[in-house]
Amino acid sequence: MPFKKFVEIGRVAYIADGPCQGKIAAIVNVIDQNKVLIDGPTSGVSRQAYPLKQMHLTNLSVKFPFNASTKVVRKELEANKVDEKWADSAWCQRIKAKAVRKSMTDFDRFKLRKAKSQRNRIVTIALNGKKKALRKAGKI
Amino acid sequence: MAKNKNKGKPRNYALESGVYRFGKSATYHKKAIYKFTKKKVAKKAVAKKTVFVEKKIGGAKNGGTRMVRVQKLANDVPTKDAAAPGTSVNFFSKHKRTVRASLSAGTVAIVLAGVHKGKRVVVLKQLETGLLLVTGPFKLNGTPLRRVNQRFLLATSTKVDVSGVSVPESINDKYFARIKAEKSAKKDGEIFDAKKEGYKPSEQRKKDQAAIDTQVLAAIKKHSEGQVLRQYLKAPFALSKGQFPHTMSF
Repeated sequence: MPFKKFVEIGRVAYIADGPCQGKIAAIVNVIDQNKVLIDGPTSGVSRQAYPLKQMHLTNLSVKFPFNASTKVVRKELEANKVDEKWADSAWCQRIKAKAVRKSMTDFDRFKLRKAKSQRNRIVTIALNGKKKALRKAGKI
Repeated sequence: MAKNKNKGKPRNYALESGVYRFGKSATYHKKAIYKFTKKKVAKKAVAKKTVFVEKKIGGAKNGGTRMVRVQKLANDVPTKDAAAPGTSVNFFSKHKRTVRASLSAGTVAIVLAGVHKGKRVVVLKQLETGLLLVTGPFKLNGTPLRRVNQRFLLATSTKVDVSGVSVPESINDKYFARIKAEKSAKKDGEIFDAKKEGYKPSEQRKKDQAAIDTQVLAAIKKHSEGQVLRQYLKAPFALSKGQFPHTMSF
């Protein structure tokens, strides 16, 4: 299985650990085997060195020369609508859903359970109705 | 007698180091103290000290009295340390009562132990001994007006506005104190206690319960999600597979 996402200048990465946890940033330069220089002016990440181990690469990338200034990085990120693409991605939605699920209170869990069972009841009744009709018509 | 060559000179003298030349026995003989110790003192009549004293003891088959020493023997050491006398500083009645901030009045809490474990109840107030007064309400989940230790309550973040609910002053710790059953004289031949009657709430309790519960139910009705809240209080709490309390928020 070949690698699809590479550590390169302009790669947008999701920061999974550390002080900037939860934000996205672009890779501006590579420092050494373990550290890269990142910058995320549109997402609130200041230009800094960051360990690669605490970042997860996304499939988004933009083009700018290495060591480009924050101004240039910002221009490229905005032109490519990186923030919108990230917000629309399934990955970002999943993170948000997990956070909501974790923050549910006991009352919320109760309401969710009731809502699910109501919905399932509607589905079952509809399904059984259709099955009955098909059985009557001799189709199953 | 031989001429005393040492007349006028001391019979004992200190050496350069400060120690005296002759010790006690030598000076006794030098000074002939035996010639001057003939005083005879009349023997004082010593009051006889009582060694044992007779003390009365209880128990039918214990002989009635026992001889007890006036002064305990030196080797009479107890095998267990006597309990320290109670301090007269911090009695239980003077203790500071604290309550977890999450268990304020009107909070819905889950009872974790006892007959009503798993039930979601409404916290009303804290009583003088520190226990929390809770109610089901009784109509919803069968939990009456009850005292619960806050250690056995899991506070949820759901709150009901019970500022309008007035709990009468008569409902305090004394109100909930257990009534001791009178011990009837045992008839001969009956070794076991008479049958204990099951708990029956008094009319007073039922009245107070109804009075407070109508107020609490009204407060629940006023809540923005009142209808669902009623169902919520009716349903018992349980953990299902994959649910761990330390990862859940309440």
